[in-house]
Amino acid sequence: MRKILAMVMTCILVAGTVSIAGCSSSSKETTAAGTDTVLKVGVIYISPKDDGGYSQAHAEGIAQAVAALGDKIKVFELENVNDTDAAATTSAIDNLVNEGCTLIFTTSYGYMQATADAATKYPNVKFCHCSGYTRNDTNLDTYFGQIESARYLAGIVAGLTTKTDKLGYVAAFPIPECIRGINAYTLGARSVNPNATVTVVWTNTWFDMDVEKAAAESLLSQGIDVMAQHQDSPAAINAAAAAGAFAVGYDLTYAGAPKAYLTAPLWNWGTYYTYKIQQVLDGQWKIENYWGGMKEGVVKLDTLSSLVSAEASAAVAKVQDTVVSEGNAFVFAGPIKDQSGTVKVAEGSSLSYDDQMGMSWFVEGVVGEIPAP
Amino acid sequence: MNMSFIVATFFASAIAFSVSLLLGTLGELLTERAGHLNLGVEGMMLMGGSCGYVAAVRTHNLVLALLFAVLGAGFGALLYAVLTVTLRANQNVSGLALTTFGAGLANTLGSTVPNTNTPENIAAFFKFHPLELEHTVNGILSFFHQISRFMHIGNSSQAAFQPYHINNPVLAFINTAFLSQDIFVYLTILLAFLMTFYLFKTKKGLALRMVGENTAAADASGLPVTRIKYMYIIAGGMLCGLAGLYIPLVLQGTWHSDITAGKGWIVVALVIFVRWHPIKAIGGAFVFGALSIVGLSIQQFSQLSSMIFFNQYIMVMYPYILTIVVLVFTYGRKKAWRGPSAIGSAYFREER
Repeated sequence: MRKILAMVMTCILVAGTVSIAGCSSSSKETTAAGTDTVLKVGVIYISPKDDGGYSQAHAEGIAQAVAALGDKIKVFELENVNDTDAAATTSAIDNLVNEGCTLIFTTSYGYMQATADAATKYPNVKFCHCSGYTRNDTNLDTYFGQIESARYLAGIVAGLTTKTDKLGYVAAFPIPECIRGINAYTLGARSVNPNATVTVVWTNTWFDMDVEKAAAESLLSQGIDVMAQHQDSPAAINAAAAAGAFAVGYDLTYAGAPKAYLTAPLWNWGTYYTYKIQQVLDGQWKIENYWGGMKEGVVKLDTLSSLVSAEASAAVAKVQDTVVSEGNAFVFAGPIKDQSGTVKVAEGSSLSYDDQMGMSWFVEGVVGEIPAP
Repeated sequence: MNMSFIVATFFASAIAFSVSLLLGTLGELLTERAGHLNLGVEGMMLMGGSCGYVAAVRTHNLVLALLFAVLGAGFGALLYAVLTVTLRANQNVSGLALTTFGAGLANTLGSTVPNTNTPENIAAFFKFHPLELEHTVNGILSFFHQISRFMHIGNSSQAAFQPYHINNPVLAFINTAFLSQDIFVYLTILLAFLMTFYLFKTKKGLALRMVGENTAAADASGLPVTRIKYMYIIAGGMLCGLAGLYIPLVLQGTWHSDITAGKGWIVVALVIFVRWHPIKAIGGAFVFGALSIVGLSIQQFSQLSSMIFFNQYIMVMYPYILTIVVLVFTYGRKKAWRGPSAIGSAYFREER
């Protein structure tokens, strides 16, 4: 009896685990093409493709590329690949190479070292790593986008929506990517409302909805009436909605809080993926540090919701063309002062690419601190 | 915006954060009282949460949501019970397996309802705060006002209804901090009291404690040891399921994979911190919850956040430091109780 029971239990656990693994981490073919001449493209994501955030934005981009390039490519996608686990990343890449992929996109910052190692190991495979800085001369390059341009425009909306002049910002980690976003948002808000301040709370997690919610509530209790966030979940938006405040999203359009949602800086990765895959199809592969903006269409501002005032819409429309054509160079054009009032970017100049990538100071108008690393 | 309001809101946030910790702790406490350390709390919370949330979205029925949460997590606990009670497998390994298994199952199930929100009717139910003073007092006052109008009693029949506003700052603080919570919160606290009574004042509670303390003696005295273990392991799992359901259904109003974000592990530490006692769990869960999020508020006061003691990274360590302190102070003391003695070891009747 006991042996039978043990067998049954083992079967349940094994069957369950296998079926789950099958659902969540198997490679899925996105096109039906099967000739040898097609380009096999591999993609790895840190979370599920339908996470409603970062990975979904990438997956929708890949789907657009598939729609645009049709049967010239065949896509293999691996989800839920832990980016803090180098072994998991390496084995995911190995699997994709074994499937015959010759172009591989690794979409999270944490994949950087494993991707670089794989580029050395597989010289015939081309690698594109998102948001990192490690490149080589032959088969590894990087891509990211000037999301700050869209954040700047979202800041304009927030600056003209607030009644208390107090904006809140729930951010994940005190790293340059988040700091840049906060600064761009603050510069946008203060370009139309010089009294506006942006109070920042670090959650030290990309994803813990309860902590994000508590962070937003602590801001809301101080009279903050427009919430923004740089997280992978919509918890801060929901907290703002529950308190009757407004909110700016991130990554994807959010329909869950229609009484709070103003707009969001969005990724539109399809533009990049189509461009890069086409480059390889044409035999024109080149190493680049892709950093597209609104002009290229990789980044955009979501359609303003009906909650946005006519005044705010007009203010956005007024600078939109300039922001689109000049990108982050416009956003971070001087004069820009830091929190202590020291001029960091002089009038007539603009923050260089390297300075943006390593940004570790807040602009004037941000309330909050960057903890020592 | 004044300081008292900020602090009151912090208390309210901390309580909301702690509810799932408290429910989970009560569940794990029952399991451990039966002599079984179930490290699968995180998995059971996710299983209960996903089953309940998916049921809520599909049926718009709160009772079914609760039922499925309880069944989902109870199923996880049943697997654990079969492994550790009947098959006498290692409890730690079984619990860890349950965590991985539960998380995978829950995320798969949850992915069938992407980008959804808690149905309006259920959300509305939890937006009602039964003890909230202004709302409740006004409800009662307007009720009597209606009656007196109807009965034409006194002059009040002509007077317009005057709604009640809290003017007393202390009362306003208490109202915002402690009384503006949903019914789930108060029922959970009530449950902790009931469980204390059950554990320490009833025969069945005594039987449970005996099984966890000295299984052989309990067996010798004629208690159905296996049945008792199954019962409380499953009941404990069911409570963990409700704890898991609270997060997506009430707190966040939406599902996301791994939504519990490690709360199940905090629970395991909490049970030790509160010395396996349900009433202490109320305070313990609140302390852990408050310490988990107080760093977020302190960041906004630069005079405080610059002090090393209030450093945002160090703040989140405090619950665990406290747990270690409790362990240190209870270890080596002869009279201090160090938890159910039979915990962690499988019971073989033949080895008595």
